[in-house]
Amino acid sequence: MPLKIRLIPVLLFADYSAVTTIRFGERRKAGSPVASVKLYSRQQVDELIFLDLNASSEGRGPLFDIIEDVIEESFMPLTVGGGITTLSDIENLLKRGADKVSINSGAYRNPALVRQASQAFGSQCIVVSVDVKKNGSGQDEVFVNSGTTGTGEEPLAYCRRQEDAGAGEILLTAIDHQGLRNGYNLELARMVAENVAIPTIINGGAGNPRHFVEAATEGRAPAIAASSIFQHTRHSPVEGRACLKEYGINAR
Amino acid sequence: MIAIVDCKISNIRSVARAFEHIGQEAIVTSRQEDIEAAERIVLPGVGSFQQGMENLRRHNLVDILHREVVVGKKPLLGICLGMQLLAETGHENGPQAGLGFIKGECVRLAPPAATLKLPHMGWNDVAVCRDHPLLAGLSAAPCFYFCHSYHVVCPESDVLATCEYGANFTSVLVRGNIFAVQFHPEKSFDDGFQLLKNFSSQQQCL
Repeated sequence: MPLKIRLIPVLLFADYSAVTTIRFGERRKAGSPVASVKLYSRQQVDELIFLDLNASSEGRGPLFDIIEDVIEESFMPLTVGGGITTLSDIENLLKRGADKVSINSGAYRNPALVRQASQAFGSQCIVVSVDVKKNGSGQDEVFVNSGTTGTGEEPLAYCRRQEDAGAGEILLTAIDHQGLRNGYNLELARMVAENVAIPTIINGGAGNPRHFVEAATEGRAPAIAASSIFQHTRHSPVEGRACLKEYGINAR
Repeated sequence: MIAIVDCKISNIRSVARAFEHIGQEAIVTSRQEDIEAAERIVLPGVGSFQQGMENLRRHNLVDILHREVVVGKKPLLGICLGMQLLAETGHENGPQAGLGFIKGECVRLAPPAATLKLPHMGWNDVAVCRDHPLLAGLSAAPCFYFCHSYHVVCPESDVLATCEYGANFTSVLVRGNIFAVQFHPEKSFDDGFQLLKNFSSQQQCL
């Protein structure tokens, strides 16, 4: 199939710094976010996802100033997330130059938001971000508020509901794998990617380019996101795409 | 001067920045005077057909665009939803009238196999059907960024390039002074910038 698999850096942002996290917990500073965006733009990455980690917990909306700085440095398709709870947040972000928005806790707390947003702006613009980890009973469960609050939702059922509501894509993050650089949760990825009709971007766990190959083949993911690998190892998105191609996977 | 039509839908800033990047003067505007004064017009857009047409009507842009483009033969580039709005009819949520600047209809992409998701989202190859100045200087295997669930079905003589997603669909069309692309050149790095450069210097094609 000529549509290429996408390899998408995720830039996490907190306290005016780029950061990386481990299992949504321990945070490590990773320099200036704008410097990271400039680098990714020079590398001509497939897309970029920019997430403001503190917005929900601080009870505020997006930080438009820093987002504008990011937008001014990027020509690639850009998804912006963090603290989005209203149609007005989304409209403001799209007007300022975001191509898509990513809604996480906001989509869970206000089930009408995704439907209203996709009707107003088009499904193409609406990514629903779904974070999953094992709960106390060892079952996969959707968590919100940066992985602190369980919802009782089973991941595939939840993703399908968001798809029905008009989401254009799912950003699926395996909290238990995130930041450990030991590989993706391929079983979770495949279960969702194969059973929703919209694209699934899988996220959480990449440590070397072969993990991308696994995500594409075993995970069946049409899009692969990663954060820590690009911030803390020598591996770049350019190398990642080259590795995919080496293994016969259609990438840019 | 290029006028980028602001019909209040989606990300116009990227289109403006792309023209800045290639050194072309462009303004984002919904004012009739600006569209009259411009040498070329860009009609971008992301979102629903219905919303796009409603916004054009609400901002009194339909007549001025018709005057400048259909009658006045100014070069126009439609991008993504902008391409779709140029059609005679759109079929998103029931049939509705488009601008009718080109012959054709806007229909949903063919029902995908389970592995082909909608929207068609990402980087895909564009197959050029014939030489044309709009597509001069592209890379050997041009690849652009797509983000859509609908496409325009038009006369074969207007098709300049196709793309494959389940089946072939029209990714670039040309009809006289009207050019339209289903992908986002402003998001497609070198091939995209080259296409925008070509449009910026494109002689009127009759």
